[in-house]
Order: sequence, then structure tokens, then C-alpha cells
Amino acid sequence: MIDFERVSKRFGSWTAVDTVSFTVAEGEFRVLIGPSGSGKSTVLRMINRLIPADEGAIRIDGEDIASLRPEELRRRMGYVIQSVGLFPHWTVERNIATVPALLGWPKARIRDRVTELLELLNLDPRRYRTAYPHQLSGGQQQRVGVARALAAEPRILLMDEPFSALDPITRASLQSELSAIHRRTGTTVVFVTHDMDEALRLGDSIAVMDHGRLIQCATPLEILTRPASPLVRDLVGREEWGLKRLAVETAGDRARPQERVGGEPLPSETPLHRALSEMVSRGAERLPVVDGDGQPAGVLHLSDLVRPAPDRAA
Amino acid sequence: MTVAGMAPREFLTDRLMLGLVALVALVLGMPSLKPLFATLYPGLDRPLYEAESFVRLTLDHMALVSLSSLAAILLGGGAGIAVTRPWGREFRGLLETVATMGQTFPPVAVLALAVPVMGFGPEPALIALTLYALLPVVENTVAGLDGVSPAVLDSARGLGMGPAEVLFKVELPLAAPVILAGVRTAVIINVGTAAIASTVGAKTLGLPIIVGLNGSNQAYVIQGALIVAALAVVIDAGFDRMAGWLTRWSRR
Repeated sequence: MIDFERVSKRFGSWTAVDTVSFTVAEGEFRVLIGPSGSGKSTVLRMINRLIPADEGAIRIDGEDIASLRPEELRRRMGYVIQSVGLFPHWTVERNIATVPALLGWPKARIRDRVTELLELLNLDPRRYRTAYPHQLSGGQQQRVGVARALAAEPRILLMDEPFSALDPITRASLQSELSAIHRRTGTTVVFVTHDMDEALRLGDSIAVMDHGRLIQCATPLEILTRPASPLVRDLVGREEWGLKRLAVETAGDRARPQERVGGEPLPSETPLHRALSEMVSRGAERLPVVDGDGQPAGVLHLSDLVRPAPDRAA
Repeated sequence: MTVAGMAPREFLTDRLMLGLVALVALVLGMPSLKPLFATLYPGLDRPLYEAESFVRLTLDHMALVSLSSLAAILLGGGAGIAVTRPWGREFRGLLETVATMGQTFPPVAVLALAVPVMGFGPEPALIALTLYALLPVVENTVAGLDGVSPAVLDSARGLGMGPAEVLFKVELPLAAPVILAGVRTAVIINVGTAAIASTVGAKTLGLPIIVGLNGSNQAYVIQGALIVAALAVVIDAGFDRMAGWLTRWSRR
């Protein structure tokens, strides 16, 4: 659990972060979003003390981070940045092993962990273990960056616009891999972005910042349906609002559980905008939904996409 | 690397190997060139410098260059690291000024000033050469450390490396090629400048040159100069080899 209590940071006369308080629960995926200069990266970098706070307290699991050695604190967290920052003179393996090596893990354990992480990030260990960063594409480099951050099984993962520099296809696949990793490991993630679509897609909750202040902290659905200020509404954007609204719920959320219908079923975790697309391409107004075990979970109606059945309204 | 392991073509095109062979041949074989110099300069009574052996002079020359370069690397490198740390940043301008002055001072002037204080011998030469080698080492240490990508430093710190780990595991290995280029310049300059040190009584390969100049003995001058040149070639080729080794990861 990460706890900010009235935290401020000034650079000269400029207030980068202005009395911000919030809590990130254990295992939560928290996105920080805002225009440039809103203080979101400063907040992130205060969590691992790359930037010291001027005022207020930052606690992790109840412990004030000011009382810990910065190196020790950072080794307990993963850290991923937009420009990746792999060590160019080290192989992929040694890059990933950075924190375990600092922590003095035995060699065999490090080696197994590197193999495991390369596989987790869809990089063939035989091919990439001994490669150098300059031999990799941008997307592969950031995969190694994420693997390096996860190496010592941190409880907290800090990510500063990690996918912003990647092409849309690579970005989308890394986003879904990150979601899967988050679900599997239960790591608490704090993720900075300026891209609302990314925020809506990844976050359990979204904190919107502007001029160093926290404007709104809410679930993606609330951000979409009850924006706290014009800025939040602008960040969401009016364009394709309906599709964004659909994207934050899944087929399982809106299916009528008692009904059954034939046809190729949708997995229940399919986002609703995909379900809509599926209906259009199949020319069907009703689609069967199955749960994670492949068991029927009901039927999704086109009309329920427009207006949820009253008893299932979010 | 063994000579036996090399193909003839490889051997003939390798600067380091050729330079080494030439250097050893010149140092050991100079006495047997006496008839040649006698033919070239028939007017000279003594066509070969024989007051000191060339082996002795070469070893002393190399010792002087090594010691002064080592001192310059420790002082210049240490100072370059210091002024790129947060606590030393304010001294950067001062250091660069001092190092530039060290180089603009002609070595002969340093020698002349050092002799009254330290007397004749290798000590004033050591000081002059160290001062002279300082600037390229300082400049390149600072430039090399400045050149390390901010993203790499950010991630090194963010992952929990302490200042010493960042310096020794990340900054110095990445700056090493640039620092080495400065050391290379410094050492090559010193191989030449060390010859002048013979004017204050340090025994170097400059001795035959200076004796030859004073006594109008061109043969002495050529003998000293040839070995100095061969030594410079060997050292330069050695640095080339080392630079390649330091950046081997970038050519994979």
C-alpha cells in the first residue's frame, strides 16, 4: 500500500506537486494522468525517492520512506521509464539481472529468473539472453526494460510513460501483456501516462492531475461518466466517447445470465466495444458469452449495449 | 596473442606486431648498424652513440613516460570524476582552467623552473610530463562522463544502484572509450616530450638526440629519433587494440 499525505514539491518558485494526498491499495493498478507539467512524473519519482518530497509524508505499508536507505527502497520496486535506459554495455541477461545481482542472489537462481522473465515477455531466451540492447527493436528493448523491473519480484512497479515511444501495435501488445502480468502477480502498479485511452484500458483507478494538484481519483467508469472538471472531460475527449464507455465494461458485465443462444461464443472478459464490433461483423444482435472455463455465462444483447438492463446497471 | 598463431598476412598487416618487431630490432640491433651510419656520415669520428646502451635508454624512457602518465591518469581521472559528482560540480571551471594552463606552459619552461627547486635528474621531468598529460585526461574524463545517457543514469539509480555502483558499473565502463582516447593522446605526447627531459639530466632516448644536436652529430639524432618513433607507433597501436576491446559489445 502506498500512502501520500499532503505531499508537496517545489523547484525554485515553481510548485510541481501541491499538497497531494492519495492511497494506492495493495495490488491496485493506479494510473496517473495529466497534461505535461501537471506533476504526475514528479509524484511517481517521489515514491522511490529519486525526487525527495519537501512537505508531507509518503508511506509504504505504513513505513515512512524517508526512514529507509534510498537504494534499499528502490531495490524493492520495479522502475520503467519511457526512454528504457537499458545498460548498453551489458547483455540482455545481465540487464535483467541488475537488481537480483545487487541483492546478491545466487547465480543459478538469477539465471532461472531471467529465463522465466524472457518467456513471460515473449522473448525467446535462446535468442535474446546474450544479445546486446542495440541489437533489439524499440519494443523488444522495452520488453527487457519491463523484465528488468520485475526481476526481483517487486511488490510495487513504477512506470513512467513506458509505452509512449512505441508504435501503436507494439504498444497495444505490451499493454495487454502488462495487464496479464498484473493480474497474475498481483503487483501494485503506478503508471504515468498522458494518453487517456491507455489509462482507461489499464487502470483499476485513474488519478487526474493538473498544475500539481490532484483533480479527480476514480474508476475508469466514473472518469467517463462523472468527470470532476472540464479538464477531465477534455482529457477523455468527446470523440468516440460511446466506444470508450463500452470499453470499460466487459461482455460478462452485461450478459443476461439465464439465456442461451447458439453461435461462436465470446469470452466474458471481452471489452464491450469489441463485442459490438463482433456483432456488426457477424450481423448478429445476440451473442453467447462463456466464462473463463468455457461454460455458458449468458447472452449479450445489442440493446443492452446501448442501455444496460435496469437490474445490471453499473 | 601469439606470433605463432597468426597467419602471415595477418601478421604483416598488424600495426602492433610490426611496430614491436621494428622497435625490438632497432633497440637491440642499433650497434650492428654502425657500418651503415659510418657510410652515411663519413665525416664523423663516432657514427654510433655508445655512451649508454639503447636498451637502457629505452627502458628509462618508457619508465618516465609510464610514471608520468600513470600520475596524470590518477590525478586527471580522479579530478574529472570529482567535478562530475554533485558535490564537486562547482570546481569544474577551476579544474579545466588549471589543466589548460598546464598544457599551455611549454614543457621546457616547466623543466627550467623545476630544476632550481628539485635539482637535475628525472624528478623535474616527471613533474613537467605529468602536468603536460593532465589536460587531455581531464578533458576526456569529463566529456566521457558527461556523454553517458541521462536515461541510463536514471534507470541505474531508479533500480537501486548506489553512487559507487553507478560510477563503476555504468558510468566508467560507458565513458571508458572516450577516457582512453584522452590517455592515448597524453601518452603519445609524452613519448615525444620525454626526449626533451634529457636536457635536465633524465636519461631518455632524447640523450643521443641532444648530444647529437650539440655536437653536430646527425647520426646520433637519427638513432634516437628512430627509436622514439618506433616506440610511439607501438604504443599507439597498443591503444588501438585496447579501444577495440573496450567497445567490443557495440560491434555484435
